[in-house]
Amino acid sequence: MVVRPAWKYSLRAVALGYLALLLLAPVVFIFIKTFEHGFSTAWDYVTTPAAISAFWLSVLIAAIAVPLNTIFGVGTAMVLVRSKTRGRKILDALIDIPFVVSPVIIGLSLILVYGLHGWFGSWFIDRGIPIIFNPLGMILATVFVSLPFCVREVAPVLMEVGTEQEQAAATLGASSGQTFWRITLPSIRNGVAYGVVLTTARALGEIGAVAVVSSNVLGSTVSLPLLVKYRTQVPGPGGVSAAYATGTELAVMSLIVLVAMTLLAPQRKDAR
Amino acid sequence: MIVLLPVAALISVALGSGLHAFWTSFTNSTALKALEQTLAISAIVAAIGSVMGTLVAWVLVRDQFPGKRILNAVIDLPFALPTIVASLALLGLYGTGSPVGINIALTKTIVAVALLFVTLPFAVRSVQPVLLELDQDVEQAAASLGASNLTTFRRIVLPALRPAILSGTALSFARCMGEYGSIVLLAAAKIQLASLVIFADVESATGSGNSAYQPAAGLSVALLVIALAVLFGLRRWGTDRGR
Repeated sequence: MVVRPAWKYSLRAVALGYLALLLLAPVVFIFIKTFEHGFSTAWDYVTTPAAISAFWLSVLIAAIAVPLNTIFGVGTAMVLVRSKTRGRKILDALIDIPFVVSPVIIGLSLILVYGLHGWFGSWFIDRGIPIIFNPLGMILATVFVSLPFCVREVAPVLMEVGTEQEQAAATLGASSGQTFWRITLPSIRNGVAYGVVLTTARALGEIGAVAVVSSNVLGSTVSLPLLVKYRTQVPGPGGVSAAYATGTELAVMSLIVLVAMTLLAPQRKDAR
Repeated sequence: MIVLLPVAALISVALGSGLHAFWTSFTNSTALKALEQTLAISAIVAAIGSVMGTLVAWVLVRDQFPGKRILNAVIDLPFALPTIVASLALLGLYGTGSPVGINIALTKTIVAVALLFVTLPFAVRSVQPVLLELDQDVEQAAASLGASNLTTFRRIVLPALRPAILSGTALSFARCMGEYGSIVLLAAAKIQLASLVIFADVESATGSGNSAYQPAAGLSVALLVIALAVLFGLRRWGTDRGR
């Protein structure tokens, strides 16, 4: 379809204008706001004890949720694509639940299971493992919300790669473990990497589910996104300006993730 | 287990105090208002988002201009950027003391803008690959037979894109129905959206037994059922009409 230049340029202008207003303006604004009183002020805001603790909590959450969901994701994708068990279709539908369910509802349902009066809450509390209103609950919530990313990235790649090479390896006498590590894993590497990037982004930025199961105590159960929310409610210095600084800190972390995404994207097309 | 168990607990608590309690948990005035507003805003955002998303995808696929690669990468920004940061930025930009002189804080408009931000990748990324694969021969044939651009788009391109557009719309809609992070700073107590009402209900029930969470659980189940119905409905429509 040959579009006349007048149409072409107006469509381009509309698209660019829309993206500029919707995406670029807010991000640029946050950076400007953060550094309007100088770099050192912003640095002070992100190095208060509460901010440092929030940073490490966010890193801890991601450091546990991401490897867990990667292993689970690859395993589940293998089951979904390679096995022909009957439960496969049900599993396929279940995987997407965290995408459809509101994070707040996920947090609530975790309280109902692991909370003080929840189904298994007292069992864990009796054994000295309180989950809800503790970092453990926040990790659990993050694992839940970021569960589908890796599966959904790996499954299509796995389907595309096919089983021929694996069969060849098997006929040459490779054990199933050898086949997985030497043949399957290298061929789905890019899918896994992209899944890890998406999971990391979500784990760092999650607020809805985490907010519900956090006790909101600065220095112990406040992650970076929660710190942003907390700081917007504090009047005066240490309030909104500090929130902007933490926002920029998160934005920088997510920009790193975005760059990783972009670098992986072209390779992803080759793999398909 | 990690997914199914909490969902089972949610449904059991929602229905645990009897059907009447379940019914009132989402038909009381606060919950009903919240559901109505959430549905209305989600529908509007999903509609605008799918039109603009298709337009952006079109420009990204068919148009050539310098910087297109960067633009293509920027589309994923809402996936990477924590939603609370988007919320904070929009509040500063279009809220009280706005540098551009637009104060729409605590209005439905700013909530809609936030949701458009969050759902942009869904709308664009579902259409883009289909548009890339689309055979342009048919379009040229239509043009050579005297069809105007508008006719070609309406009769040839749009039907081919319909399943993808509807699937993107469905995803956006589902996301809007449950979104919390990007709107929490924007809506506050002024605009009651379902996820905010559930959050408030949960906070007021904290420390009590599971049955105290019944109103929140009931509303959650209602919200979920609506979101799932729309999701499957739109996808069904997409595949049926596409055939």
